[in-house]
Amino acid sequence: MFGFGVLKGLGVTFRHFVGTYVDDIGYWFRGGRYYNEKSLLRRQGPRAKGVFTVQYPEEKLPVPENFRYLPFLIYDTTANDDKCTSCGICAKVCPPQCIWIVRTTDPVTKRPVPQPAEFYIDTTICMQCGFCAEFCPFDAIKMDHEYEIAAFERFQTMVYDKEKLTKPDTYHAAIHPTDWAREQKEIAEKAAKEAEKKRQAEEKAKAAAVAKEAAAQQPPAG
Amino acid sequence: MANPTTAPIAELTGSLAALKERFGDAVRPAEFEGALVDPAHLVEVAKHIRDDLGYDYLSSATAVDYIKSGEIEMVYHAYSIKKGGPALVFKARTPRDNAVLPSLVSVWPGADFQEREAYDLFGVKFDGHPNLKRILMWEGFQGHPMRRDWHEAYYEQDQKPFDSRWPGGHHTRAEDRVKWADNVEYPAGFDPSSFVEEANAAVYERLKQIEVVEGQSVSVPSGNGSGSLKTDELVVNLGPQHPSTHGVFRMVASLEGETIRALEPVMGYLHRNHEKIGERNTYIQNIPYTDRLDYISSMSNNLGYVLAVEKLMNLKPTERTEHLRVIMVELTRIANHFWAIGFLLNDLGAFFTPALYAIEERELILDLFEAAAGSRMMCNYMRFGGVARDVPPGWMEKCRELVFERLPRKIDELDGFLSGSELIRARCMGVGYLSPEDAIRYSAAGPVLRASGVPYDVRRAEPYSIYDRFEFDVAVRTNGDVYDRYLIRIDEMRQSVRILQQALKQIPEGEIQAGKKQYSQRVPAGQTYSRVENPKGELGFYVVSDGSANPYRYHIRAPSFINLTALGLMCTGYKVADTVVILGSIDIVLGETDR
Repeated sequence: MFGFGVLKGLGVTFRHFVGTYVDDIGYWFRGGRYYNEKSLLRRQGPRAKGVFTVQYPEEKLPVPENFRYLPFLIYDTTANDDKCTSCGICAKVCPPQCIWIVRTTDPVTKRPVPQPAEFYIDTTICMQCGFCAEFCPFDAIKMDHEYEIAAFERFQTMVYDKEKLTKPDTYHAAIHPTDWAREQKEIAEKAAKEAEKKRQAEEKAKAAAVAKEAAAQQPPAG
Repeated sequence: MANPTTAPIAELTGSLAALKERFGDAVRPAEFEGALVDPAHLVEVAKHIRDDLGYDYLSSATAVDYIKSGEIEMVYHAYSIKKGGPALVFKARTPRDNAVLPSLVSVWPGADFQEREAYDLFGVKFDGHPNLKRILMWEGFQGHPMRRDWHEAYYEQDQKPFDSRWPGGHHTRAEDRVKWADNVEYPAGFDPSSFVEEANAAVYERLKQIEVVEGQSVSVPSGNGSGSLKTDELVVNLGPQHPSTHGVFRMVASLEGETIRALEPVMGYLHRNHEKIGERNTYIQNIPYTDRLDYISSMSNNLGYVLAVEKLMNLKPTERTEHLRVIMVELTRIANHFWAIGFLLNDLGAFFTPALYAIEERELILDLFEAAAGSRMMCNYMRFGGVARDVPPGWMEKCRELVFERLPRKIDELDGFLSGSELIRARCMGVGYLSPEDAIRYSAAGPVLRASGVPYDVRRAEPYSIYDRFEFDVAVRTNGDVYDRYLIRIDEMRQSVRILQQALKQIPEGEIQAGKKQYSQRVPAGQTYSRVENPKGELGFYVVSDGSANPYRYHIRAPSFINLTALGLMCTGYKVADTVVILGSIDIVLGETDR
């Protein structure tokens, strides 16, 4: 029948429209469709029905742990020091070359000191690829979850210096719990290994001392 | 250095040996792979390759600038639609300072845009090309940017990493560093106020030349069919700023009444010379840049590129990685096809309701990408010999729920809503016809090729990754019109769900990285052409390595770009409103078309 397609199409949208209200009944028992974290997850999950909309900025989708936005530098609160050693790997791997690092040199010996004197990221160039965080051998640079960085001016505010980039490791632990646990495990393992090495060395030294003593006490053969 | 004197010379085997026997001294072995053909015999050899050897599909034609030996090499990759399997590679050389080669447009019309690109970016002139104009750069541009001795404005060095970043990296902006870049050159007597008109005049002139050639399937009525009304020829510009063109893309149509007599695509508005950037980058730095090609399906672009480099490195990824890659790529295909169908409906005039319904599922797929890769669209997920990271806990369950329960239902729902709709049938059936012969001749790829009744899918014809292990059908439709190009996307989504279900069942636990992950990867010298079946068609990467950390040549065979070669042919004889739908059915992304 001619015109049936039009009616059918209207029917589809109408069903969708009514379905959203029917679906809303279910949300009454969950504390409402909007402005409710649990409902938000359901609304955006594989069982979602009806309207998909997120009421941004009042509501925000939770970002997964792997989410990456601009990089930040980690300040080690236990050691009270920057984790960065200014090795320059992040600056070399960066695809748009938006990282600038000035390496510290000891004024007396003229040898490099493992600490950055200056560290810049031009966020107008950064492409959020996450290579710097992925290839950093010291876990000193990580990708942030903060994505609302709009500014009125791009020359002063959008070039981040070391001060603006540095965040404490407690923040990193809060947004990247899995990554943080892995790092802590690696640190603990390394420490255990070193302790074991030390213990073995001590034992060896002890054994050597004992042997030496024994050799000294024994009358020379012959 | 990919220097012709030191590189190993390939042996001529199989079909190439037959070619050598037939043409004698005109065919010589080339270094690394393929045969070097004497330019004087190029057309003759190409005809023989197409007709007698059966390599009837020209996938890629591109140039490489070997500055050390002072030559430019055109490299052609021809495939056999019937037999499948690897390519027949043939090359031709010409001196850099006077680069002229015979055009192969008479043998493969699909070489049209690719030769224009080589002319534009490398300055190779093609004898016998019907429309040798710049295609990506603007008319009046000085120089040929892909030549090795052309240095891009604003860049302090030809290769990354830049020395100014470390160890004494004080931040400066490019504009301050290079004061209005003195390496931008203009031709003598260049007048910025006139070049637009000159370029337009060239396009309009070309339109007049296009004759309705024999073999074109639709006849154009001359004047008004009834003869009662006198009509003039009218030139209409659709775009570059036009919602139907999916970006900044322009179609110049010459009309008789409301019927398209000839149509010429004009592109390059989004050109950023991706390939030059790629040659400046190190190998690994190119991975996030491939995301920005076809930004609807970044995962598949990643895969195409890492496969090419892995081929050069001779690296085999682990089992878990292979499965993860297939899962990601097939999810991408589904997301892309939902998008394509939704926006095809938009082009038909169903303003945004079907598009929004369709991209709900894409949204859920992007959530999965975000959880695994960290970004919804610019995934940057694949690495050489691995993937960036394993999927987080709970990801597989979510993916299974989506693939086994929601997606099959939603695909059926979409099919039920749309396929039978009389509006869609009326607007799409019999519109934009492309015959199977033309589809092959014009190097059309992907859904466009298969909707014309050519069952050619790279996943089957030359399986990559682990596609040889999965059970799936190559979707094919036979009418070659817009409606079939719509239906084939539904078919392909169903096949993708099948592949996903198998991959999700089979995926093993284990390591995700083969070999050591390095921030600066040296790649052994060699040449490779690696192609994958992207949602939009065959995506190929031609990579030439000279053994250093930066690629010597990095070329992309972009399906969106080459599929447009046949656009004029598809539109001829239909109405103006149909061109919008026909363009929508090719499903182009300008990030990839213009590169």
